[in-house]
Amino acid sequence: MVGHKIQILFSPAETGIALRLAIGKKPEDIIAQVKESKLRGRGGAGFPTGLKWELVQQAKGERKFVVCNADEGEPGTFKDRILLTDHPCKIFEGMAICGYAVGAQNGVVYLRAEYRYLREGLVNAIKKMKESNYLGKNIMGSGFNFDIEIHLGAGAYVCGEETALLESLEGKRGEARNKPPYPTECGYMGCPTVVNNVETFCYVPAIMTKGAQWFSEIGTMESTGSKLFSISGDVAKPGVYELAMGSTVDVVLQLVGAKDTKAVQVGGASGICVAEKDFNKPISFESLPPGGSIIVFNKSRDMLYVLKNFMEFFVEESCGQCTPCREGTYRLLQGVEMMEQGRCSIHYLHTLRDLAQTMLISSKCGLGQLAPNPFLSIIDNFKGEILARDRVARNSKKTPVVR
Amino acid sequence: MSMDITVNINGKEITVKRGTTILEAARNVNIHIPTLCYHDDLCISGICRICLVEVDGERTLQAACSIPITRPVTIKTHTERVRKARRNVLELMLANHYGECYTCFRNQNCELQKLAKEYGVDALKFEHVTEPRYEQDKTSAAVVRDKNKCILCRRCIRTCQDFQGVGALDATHRGYDTQIQAFYDQPMADAVCINCGQCITRCPVGALREKDFSDSVWQAIDDPSKIVVIQTAPAPRAAIGEEFGLPPGTSVTKKLNTALKMIGFDYVFDTNFTADLTIMEEGTELLGRLKDLLVDRKEAVLPMVTSCSPGWIKFCEHFYPKLLPNLSTCKSPQQMFGAILKTYFAQKAGINPANMVVVSLMPCVAKKFETDRPEMTSSGFKDVDFALTTREVAQMIKEAGIQLTQLEDSPFDDPLGLGSGAGLIFGATGGVMEAAIRTAYEIVTGEEAPFENLRVTPVRGMEGIKEAEIFIPKALEEWSFLEGKTLRVAVAHGTANARKLMDIVTQGIAQWHFIEVMACPGGCLGGGGQPIPTSEEIRKLRAKAIYGEDEQLTLRKSHKNPQVLKLYEEFLGTPNSHKSHELLHTTYTPRGVF
Repeated sequence: MVGHKIQILFSPAETGIALRLAIGKKPEDIIAQVKESKLRGRGGAGFPTGLKWELVQQAKGERKFVVCNADEGEPGTFKDRILLTDHPCKIFEGMAICGYAVGAQNGVVYLRAEYRYLREGLVNAIKKMKESNYLGKNIMGSGFNFDIEIHLGAGAYVCGEETALLESLEGKRGEARNKPPYPTECGYMGCPTVVNNVETFCYVPAIMTKGAQWFSEIGTMESTGSKLFSISGDVAKPGVYELAMGSTVDVVLQLVGAKDTKAVQVGGASGICVAEKDFNKPISFESLPPGGSIIVFNKSRDMLYVLKNFMEFFVEESCGQCTPCREGTYRLLQGVEMMEQGRCSIHYLHTLRDLAQTMLISSKCGLGQLAPNPFLSIIDNFKGEILARDRVARNSKKTPVVR
Repeated sequence: MSMDITVNINGKEITVKRGTTILEAARNVNIHIPTLCYHDDLCISGICRICLVEVDGERTLQAACSIPITRPVTIKTHTERVRKARRNVLELMLANHYGECYTCFRNQNCELQKLAKEYGVDALKFEHVTEPRYEQDKTSAAVVRDKNKCILCRRCIRTCQDFQGVGALDATHRGYDTQIQAFYDQPMADAVCINCGQCITRCPVGALREKDFSDSVWQAIDDPSKIVVIQTAPAPRAAIGEEFGLPPGTSVTKKLNTALKMIGFDYVFDTNFTADLTIMEEGTELLGRLKDLLVDRKEAVLPMVTSCSPGWIKFCEHFYPKLLPNLSTCKSPQQMFGAILKTYFAQKAGINPANMVVVSLMPCVAKKFETDRPEMTSSGFKDVDFALTTREVAQMIKEAGIQLTQLEDSPFDDPLGLGSGAGLIFGATGGVMEAAIRTAYEIVTGEEAPFENLRVTPVRGMEGIKEAEIFIPKALEEWSFLEGKTLRVAVAHGTANARKLMDIVTQGIAQWHFIEVMACPGGCLGGGGQPIPTSEEIRKLRAKAIYGEDEQLTLRKSHKNPQVLKLYEEFLGTPNSHKSHELLHTTYTPRGVF
């Protein structure tokens, strides 16, 4: 079914059916079902959802929490916004099922500051679900209590990283924690916590009603189900698309009416920039990690400028905690500026590549570990263009070359 | 789950307890892993990323300081990937570290410099900053900050927040603009800083230091019209040797006297003398408060809390202004000394106090702020002109070309050079309490305090909070109201521990009569002005030196100090007399927390 438009998240579903099914089962059976579906986290890292739930269920703790990561901040990503706007009940139902499975009574939605305007709709949806007894006390007479609160972020990209998100939820500066302990063991307020992306929770009701096997048959071996993509850039039909996992870049480009495409940034700013030679690659955890965003650049685009834009973003959004990310992103941006001005020697470019490699393996959290991705992939895939641009700048300005 | 796990580090097998960090495990087998944001005293941060190591099964390198061992793993600490990554991380720090080593007070005692040497950095990979990004903050009377040198390891923040419970500093801004600031970017002079200087002793580089007054002191020494007097506190003499390569815990009291004389101080006196005086004044004050309560049935503010530590005083003024009446009104020994020097001693020696410059050698940074307090002028002059830290005095000794370790011994000068062992132990946490117990018990009962060799062990040691009960079986007639009573005392060192005690006092459920608080961990011997580095191990060694010296003295009780008795006889009258109050006691100022 690879490469087809698919409708799991966007198909209408009556709220409460999946939840009723779930609370009729044992928590272990729900977790087994989610594990069998091979659902992986849709926030980017792709951690197996069922395993995460199992860890929280087995963790010791008087209280446990279910946190929905709605801090959608990856540049070019707007898929969660559609879910938060049009399908909030699927999110909340997924959270409640998770709560029942892991033994949590409280759910928190961490909503990015820029989505403040969605808050009212979400609060109303929670209210309605409470009126129907899909949330609140003694849900559908089962004795299971589950309540959901909405918390607003304060505008930092790093708070999409789950432990920085938890810090922020606790009222502290949003910065990644040391792991271990992982949130599954010591999360919100020190309690075992599931943190899943908005989209991840939305698949749960469908898995409950249609079965794990049905879900696992969609997509690829390692990346089951469908995936939402926010597609933007040089395309005729930008928007949010639900596609089976494993769809190739080519198929995506065709679907959205992209012409003369030079490069595709898969997975947002922290993703990989793919050149034409790799357009036949599937988008899946085992090949091109999906993230939530696909940005398309046609042949008129200056890739160095594209890279500069991404690096400026990371310099701004690095939390400033660990050295490789705080200083490294700045040095990479500085290198890009030097290239723009024709001041970056091939040797220094080598030094910067080396630095980028270090950042990948030495930064404290995902932000710093992924920030060099656009640098490395753009420099490697568009080396000819970038070096040619460097030569032009050098000749036109006659500025001395450093190093 | 087994508690013991066997791991392999660079081919060496070692069995450790579950939860031991990789760094601790490596240290156990003498494998050196470099660190910067890590400090023995502080909670783990894992942010500088210099301690990276390779752990099998992990895609990324792991920060050895922050990774607990939970499975049998193979760890490699110097693979190519590790060396390259550490080198890059180090280069990033160096590139953004503004300043030249030879103009830095941490030259040759800088952890970053040491790492650069360790990693053979001979040229900088990345463009080095050539202009300062930030203005130096010299507003505070005690602590100077230079953010240009800061490598953002945040040890200062963790020291201030977690270790001291103050929270004057925090990280602000993001990414490359991240910096360490006081609330609302207030200058240090306006910040809720207690001047304890603990951040200075934990800064790996030269971003934090004390305000240096050694030049002013040199000027005074060079001025023939000035009589320059120095008093030396007990803690520096147990630590200053570290600045000259001696192991921690080497006491150099009498060599230090020689060095100070050689530098050109006209008189070298012992702050232990006013420590003894403090015991007389503070002890009398405590007994007075107890008498008010028990005999006169008056309202008495109890527990009484010591007031020797200026860091603690400012802490109390900021965070517990309602408890200021609980503080003893006694000035600190440093300030008492200044007041006595410029009155009693000036008269006796025929010196015009206007020409007298009083310098103090202190383990403390907050003492600088204390000398500037407007109420510290009861002699008619600034009681103490300059408070120097152990580090500043060590620097002066070096500048004068004096080989401290090679010197002959010299005694303190008369008449204010005589201090008891009780005054000496003021330098260690619990020391004031122990000195007070030695004296008060004997005054009340007529008998020596019931501790073997006068070691009041319940109040000794590095426990954050210590408590003791002293039963008074029989009292002399004057103190008969104390007969059969039990005196309850508590001791805290480090203001985070003080906070715990004060919260109990605030709730009104405290059972103690007397509390000793020292702002710094370990007491003065762990002061912010002491040689760098510091750790509990080092503080214990310094304490051992102090207690050892006490036991070698014959005079070990403050009230037996003949010079102190003479001072009362000739000048002050009795403890807590009108004159004492005028010269030796002070008032406090409630401050806000913003």
